[in-house]
Amino acid sequence: MSDRSNIKFTKAPGRRKDLTEPAVIRWLLTLIAVLFLGLFLLLPLAAVFSQALEKGIAVYFASLHETDALAAIRLTLWVAAISVPLNLIFGLAAAWAITKFQFPGKNFLITLIDLPFSVSPVISGLIFILIFGLQGWLGPWLDAHQIRIVFATPGIVLATIFVTFPFVARELIPLMESQGRDEEEAALVLGAGGLQTFFKVTFPNIKWGVIYGVILCNARAMGEFGAVSVVSGHIRGATNTIPLHVEILYNEYNFAAAFAVASLLALLALVTLAVKSVVEWKMGEQFPRHR
Amino acid sequence: MNFPLQKQRILPGFGTTLGYTIFYLSLIVLIPLSALVINTAGMSWDAFLAAVASPRVVASYRVTFGAAFIAALINAVFGALVAWVLVRYDFPGRRIMDALVDLPFALPTAVVGITLATVYSANGWIGSFLEPHGIKIAYTPAGIVVAMTVIGLPFVVRTLQPVIEDIEKETEEAAASLGASRWQTFRYVLFPIMAPSLLTGFALAFARAVGEYGSIIFIAGNMPMVSEITSLLIITKLEQYDYSGATAIALVMLVASFIMLLMINLLQRWSRKVTEG
Repeated sequence: MSDRSNIKFTKAPGRRKDLTEPAVIRWLLTLIAVLFLGLFLLLPLAAVFSQALEKGIAVYFASLHETDALAAIRLTLWVAAISVPLNLIFGLAAAWAITKFQFPGKNFLITLIDLPFSVSPVISGLIFILIFGLQGWLGPWLDAHQIRIVFATPGIVLATIFVTFPFVARELIPLMESQGRDEEEAALVLGAGGLQTFFKVTFPNIKWGVIYGVILCNARAMGEFGAVSVVSGHIRGATNTIPLHVEILYNEYNFAAAFAVASLLALLALVTLAVKSVVEWKMGEQFPRHR
Repeated sequence: MNFPLQKQRILPGFGTTLGYTIFYLSLIVLIPLSALVINTAGMSWDAFLAAVASPRVVASYRVTFGAAFIAALINAVFGALVAWVLVRYDFPGRRIMDALVDLPFALPTAVVGITLATVYSANGWIGSFLEPHGIKIAYTPAGIVVAMTVIGLPFVVRTLQPVIEDIEKETEEAAASLGASRWQTFRYVLFPIMAPSLLTGFALAFARAVGEYGSIIFIAGNMPMVSEITSLLIITKLEQYDYSGATAIALVMLVASFIMLLMINLLQRWSRKVTEG
């Protein structure tokens, strides 16, 4: 999903008259494009903040300070803190195995890694209910030992790991593929160890790609709604993440509070986009021929 | 290059990294997904058919796939236009607009959902303009289309952008010097280059919209037979403890998304052939 969005910020080149559209058409097309993006993206984004501040700044901060909101924020941070590093380690391992070696079934493996992207969020949650739920495979055993996976934090973490599974790997595989393995081989020939080679030679080259993948993975981990909603059980103050808390407030017609909490996620999205733009710019600088 | 077998053993860590990759992949993705298939395999054919082909479920397929199709079509038209404008024209705010295209990737679906429901409701910013003309968006199937359009928006733009960027200036010059009008150049030269990627972007947006849940449920109204999407129906069945019903419908949706994934892969191969060939 994301590697397709690596775009170059080149200035539109000056074009001869017969190689572009008449000025009227250019203006018209630009106007339609801006209107379309404005109507479907900019306006809703502005609405989040406008609604959040509708009842004043005091209500805004009170909504964020309230106990259940704080519990939701804490849980979301925990979930991201567990799932993002796990998927980062996986992404690095998978990218190393796939890009530095030849083996049969490589393309099939890449397809399998991409799988969670094409699974609907609701199904991503459901599969963990089927395994860990009371009627599930391990349900009776877990219940006998009083271990709760679904409708508790571990289930939320598992569902989040599932939906954010491909992000880092997907970012790193094409990047490391394009870099080949000459530098690593040179380092080894010169006597560097395996880990030393990775941290001193490979990592500096893929640093921006790692940041990019982690940022996207984190944004999704903190914002996932469908999958988490299925496994959470919606226990206020215990198994509610920020998006689930937003849903509850909204369904209680507590709109100002719902949008106040939602504005945190909107801010996170804006930071994500900003970091993404910076990283794209840095990657363009480091690898002028990348893409 | 002629000695791949010798080459592959030079770098260390093959066994460890591949082993870990397969272990983690199995643990997080493959085993849980197989639970869906194995659970459904335990159902009798009649029970399965009753679960996946009851009128309410069929209506939800129609709503989901129909709305996703319309939304992907809107995105194909306007996404192509946006991609063209962002690559070819320079205007103030272009880079911000460009960065903004990714917003639906970054903004959590629940936030998209409550915001669209508010903006398009009868007294919302956009809804209040449409309401006097008798146009209702929120809590109707049209609301589903709006939400699916927003979350699918980046796909067409981002698949087309690099293709438009890579079109050689000479191609257009050749067409122009052979006497083609600008429209003819677009219709017979540029559009055929863009078409495979446009179709890929359409398919990606469609696939994403079919599986979407969070941004839709707030604006859809969720009326059975009218504006109830399949994802919501799965959750409804789960909440009624109808696990086998939920699992059966989920399997249908999973198979549908695998077919779409396969088609998207074929489309991507085709578009690579067109742009490189």
